[in-house]
Parts: sequence; C-alpha cells; structure tokens
Amino acid sequence: MSDKINSSRREFLGKSAAVGAITIAPGILLHQVANAKPDDVAVTDKVRWGMLINTDKCDKGCTDCIDACNNEHRLSGFGRPETDAQYIRKVTLRDKQTGHELSLPLMCQHCETAPCVDVCPTGASFKRADGIALVDKHICIGCRYCMMACPYKARSFVHENLTNQTLSAPRGKGTVESCTLCVHRIDKDQIPACVEACSKGKHDAMIFGDLNDPNSKISKELEKHGGKQIRADLQLNTAVRYQGI
Amino acid sequence: MTNRILRITTLLLGLFLLYPAPGSAETPLPTIHEPEGKGLKCVEPEEVMRRDHMEFILHQRDETMHEGIRTSKYSFAECINCHVEPDEKGHIASSKSKDHFCNGCHEYAAVTIDCFECHADRPQKHIKRGKKTATIQQDLHQMLSANNDNGGELK
Repeated sequence: MSDKINSSRREFLGKSAAVGAITIAPGILLHQVANAKPDDVAVTDKVRWGMLINTDKCDKGCTDCIDACNNEHRLSGFGRPETDAQYIRKVTLRDKQTGHELSLPLMCQHCETAPCVDVCPTGASFKRADGIALVDKHICIGCRYCMMACPYKARSFVHENLTNQTLSAPRGKGTVESCTLCVHRIDKDQIPACVEACSKGKHDAMIFGDLNDPNSKISKELEKHGGKQIRADLQLNTAVRYQGI
Repeated sequence: MTNRILRITTLLLGLFLLYPAPGSAETPLPTIHEPEGKGLKCVEPEEVMRRDHMEFILHQRDETMHEGIRTSKYSFAECINCHVEPDEKGHIASSKSKDHFCNGCHEYAAVTIDCFECHADRPQKHIKRGKKTATIQQDLHQMLSANNDNGGELK
C-alpha cells in the first residue's frame, strides 16, 4: 500500500522534475535542491549515490579508508579476522602474466538490482530510494541468505554481544550488516568517512557523488574516463565503479 | 494436648507467613530523573509519553531507516541525549541498571526491551571508544601484509 503511494508519488515528482528541467536553465537548480535535503523530507530516486575508485591512485599498503570506516561505525574485532565485521576489504590483485599488481578497496557495491534484496525473506535487506542498499536490523532475523547471495562478499554477521556502539551507527548481535555508504552522514550532507579519509590522506582515489546528476564530479569523470563494474557480467548496475582495473 | 499445641503453632506460623513483612509491602516506584533545566516536560505531555512513547519511536524508526527522515522530535537518539545524564560522580548507569532512565520504569513494569542490544544507551559525548577497535586494526594490517606476501591471494 505505502509502496504504491510512494511509487505514484515518485512518478509525479519525476514528472514535475522533468518539467522543471525544461523551464530552469540546465544544471543550475535541481541537483542542488536534491543535495540539500531537509530533515523532514523523504529521500527520492532523483538522486543515486555512487562512488568512483581510481585503483592507480590507491596505495597497496594504505588502509586509511578501512581505518576511517572502522572508526566511524565502531567496528570492533574479536581477534578472528575471518568472521569479524568488515565493511571495506582491501583486495590486491596480480596479473600472473605481467606481474602487474593493483590494490582496491571492496565494499558493498550498492547494486541497482541487488541480489541481497532479492533473497531476503523478511524484507530487512532493502534499497533506499536514493540507491543505498541497507539492512533494517529491526527486521533482520540473521539468516544470512544475503551474505550467500552477495557476489562481492560484502556483508558481515555480528556473532557477539557488542558494547560501545555510536548513536549514529547502531549494530548488534544476530544481524547482518555491511557498508551503508555512511547513510547517516549523507543525510547530513556529508560525504562517506572513507572518501573523506582518502582525500585527507592526499590519495584522492575515491570520488563520491550523485550518479543521476550529469554535472556532479563523479558523473563528469565517469563520462570522460569511464569506470568499470566488478563482475559486470552479472548486470547488477553497481553504484561503485572502478578505474584502472 | 500435643495435638493442640501443634495446631496452635501451625496457625500462628500460617498467620505469620500471610502477614507481609513491614516495608516490603510493594515494589518501590521508580524514580524518574529530570533532565537538567528542562523539567519533566517532554515532546508530548507526560501522560501521552507514558502510554505512547513506544509508538512514537517505532513510527520514527521506520521513517528514518527507510526514508531518511531524521527529524529530532521523536528520534530515539534525542530521547537518549536529553534523558540520560551522568550522576554527580560523572557516572552513567548502563541500560541494564535500574538507574538508567529507560530501564528504571521497564524493570518496574517487567517489560524487557532490546533497543540497547544495538543502540547506544548514552549520549554520544559519553561513549568511550571500544577497546577492541584497536585489535581489528592490527589484525587487518597483519592480514594485509600476509596477503601481500602471498602474491595478493584474495582472502
């Protein structure tokens, strides 16, 4: 019922946006309005958040993004790296023929047609209108089907009782979790912690922005130099794209 | 004669057991901590909050989670920010203690809540950094260097 209302509302908004785009000079207003979202307004699909990672700029030994992520979400370890929660993993790939090595951060790719959402039996895995794949931990029963379904191995399961969570990133035992694209920061018009850390460390390997806005930095870069999806053959239309792979 | 004494003793014992011990007649009412300088006035009148606070939080929960609506009026984080304060010694009661704003009443009413399995039970400025965050960092760095030695096998 509410989905129905939302979809027709979105359709209406979409149409009015299209009319707006004709009347307003191109590239001035619409995306700015979408970015500065007031607290009491629901997110819309006018925006699709995405990330572009340049593997040429990503340093093999650097873990700035992972450290920032762990800190932001208070990801704590229990000395068992195989099962400890990880939102970002650093993956090093080597071409056996040429010996060329590249390093990249791998996190939830926020697929448009997300397998985790397809398989979730309770509706806990869902896509927010602005393209962010999330787990509603209030509904999650911890079955871990989504972890099986995810081709990127992006999700973790919390096995232990946790303490010291932050107010902005609640997490607890018995639920599945993964990169939220720092949704709590996005809603405050901030960029994800990993992207911030990457540019603070002067690496600038990550760009965050609105894929639907042709004038955003990420869209312009993607248009100019392109960006590949990992496992593009699965046709998931991921929101995280890579250059240099 | 013995029978009579036994009967009287049993009767007295029965009466003694039935009569409640002085002072433990009922569970003491929880004391509600007043947020400093704000009195007991919440976002709705007291009687409404008592009865319906869970409805407000539940409604806001879905709106925040699924639609990104982050108004502060019925926000769970704001409940905590306003109501949970340190005592004179600077100590904040954990959500499992009866001195915690939420748990005081919930323990009295015998209602178990699991909000605090995931949510922080104190304002952000009073949250200490987890001791174990450091270990995960070390583990990661170790794993990374091990991976690199392996020739970059994906792990």
